[in-house]
Amino acid sequence: MQIYLPIAEISVDAFLLLGLGGAIGFLSGVFGVGGGFLMTPILIFIGIPPPVAVGTEANQIVASSVSGVLAHWRRGNVDFKMGGVLLLGGLVGSTFGVWLFAVLRQIGQIDLVIKLSYVTFLGIIGALMFVESLRAMSRRRGSAPNRGKLHKHNWIHGLPLKMRFRRSKLYISALLPVGVGFCVGVLSAIMGVGGGFIMVPAMIYLLGMPTAVVVGTSLFQIIFVTANVTFLQAYANQTVDVVLAILLLTGAVIGAQFGARAGTKLRGEQLRILLAAMVLIVCGKLLFDLTLTPSDIYSLGLSE
Amino acid sequence: MSRAVIVFAVLLCATPLRAAPLVVDLSNHLVAITAGFAGAEVLLFGAVDEPGDVVVVVRGPARPITMYRKTRIAGIWVNTANMTFEKHPPKNGDPPSFYAIASSRPLDEIAPRRVLSRNGMILEELDELRLPGAKASKNVEAEWRAALIRNQEKAGLYQTEVKRVGFLGDRLFRTRLILPANVPTGVYRVEVVLFVDGHEVSAQTTPLFVSKIGVEAEIFDFAHQQSAWYGVIAILVALVAGWLAHVAFRKA
Repeated sequence: MQIYLPIAEISVDAFLLLGLGGAIGFLSGVFGVGGGFLMTPILIFIGIPPPVAVGTEANQIVASSVSGVLAHWRRGNVDFKMGGVLLLGGLVGSTFGVWLFAVLRQIGQIDLVIKLSYVTFLGIIGALMFVESLRAMSRRRGSAPNRGKLHKHNWIHGLPLKMRFRRSKLYISALLPVGVGFCVGVLSAIMGVGGGFIMVPAMIYLLGMPTAVVVGTSLFQIIFVTANVTFLQAYANQTVDVVLAILLLTGAVIGAQFGARAGTKLRGEQLRILLAAMVLIVCGKLLFDLTLTPSDIYSLGLSE
Repeated sequence: MSRAVIVFAVLLCATPLRAAPLVVDLSNHLVAITAGFAGAEVLLFGAVDEPGDVVVVVRGPARPITMYRKTRIAGIWVNTANMTFEKHPPKNGDPPSFYAIASSRPLDEIAPRRVLSRNGMILEELDELRLPGAKASKNVEAEWRAALIRNQEKAGLYQTEVKRVGFLGDRLFRTRLILPANVPTGVYRVEVVLFVDGHEVSAQTTPLFVSKIGVEAEIFDFAHQQSAWYGVIAILVALVAGWLAHVAFRKA
């Protein structure tokens, strides 16, 4: 059933969108990731203009983060203080990101920047995940892992403006989470992602937060950052397609529930390798398209 | 100037002498883009009062068009140059966002090229697709123009292949205007010219409106005119959807 998307201004099969939402939602349920970093490039592949894909995906992530955070909140896995500090950086970063987005769009470079950002981050994350899960698999067969120190001390702990985060059992400089929030905020605006796939590793390895509160806290601040991105993209660039967002999120929330159930029954490492492989395939396809000699080196720009 | 006035006056006096040498109409004047829109077909029909050749030109609303050109930088293709086709005085307007042409016989058999060109029937020679000398030299201009036509053609928006106008007997003619799913919205101008022995004898212009109708139109207008509220509503929709999903599946 073809449906005309009012902002993207193209006709797409509604069931294709529902199915995509469901499939990505399922994966995000299994792995506990947002799925934006897979959904946005796939939307671009099916012909949604990249700016609309990014703006709309931010909107969809608001919905999936809300349903995710409610579950974590009930289990007490949200560090609101840390979330607030991250959010401070996130709001500034995403506002800057949307502005940057508008400028890049004006000069005709936004498609390239979106795709290059994806190639870079999908490449890094995919490779890390791949190596990590291979190592986990060999560790399972081999001897018990040797535990290192709980906290390593380095220059990071010399920064000023120290704050105590009880829920995360941390006493660190507020500049650190603000900085992390800012960087993820910029990426969120430009790539149309929640940024969980960068935020979560940063929280664990850079900030040293306990794993239990990481996902809930990250989701908590993602809601506000993506809401900010949605608002600003809609306001400044008119690139949020509500019809597209509703179709995607309908599929996604249903898929995520089944995914979460399936995730508890399936073996972790093999699945993670599969996800890593998928991330690398998407990355490779984007990179390949960028280096492929175009059939026409001339292209149409904005018509308005 | 005075010559133009005289010519105009003569034309004004001359037209009533012929009892409408050319009448034209469309099967409908409004193409509505709705949820299931997948392109449209409009039937153009008319009659002439003397045997001749009919040429139909359809132009979409005029607006500036920006083109980009890519160069390979470090293995990656990057937009490095751009050119905007837009109105520049005195006589060039913005380029048409849509262009299609149909004729009853091959164009070169109907009239000399300069007559066709003057009537906007040769796409490459449209005034609106000219670039001012300050922007591009002749060679460069030709390259960008060819690229513009090629890309618009690929998008289905410039239909360079001349379609057929069919005659039923000597007097009645008809042709179909085909609009793809991605047609720009706005007022289209459908111009029909009657040629006899290589001279234009009569011309008729009729408008065709292409607009979004229904929910899609309202969403689009709302998004562009009330951007802030649109953003707020988009967020609220997402918040409610997320909460609903949580509630629905917690019970299940």
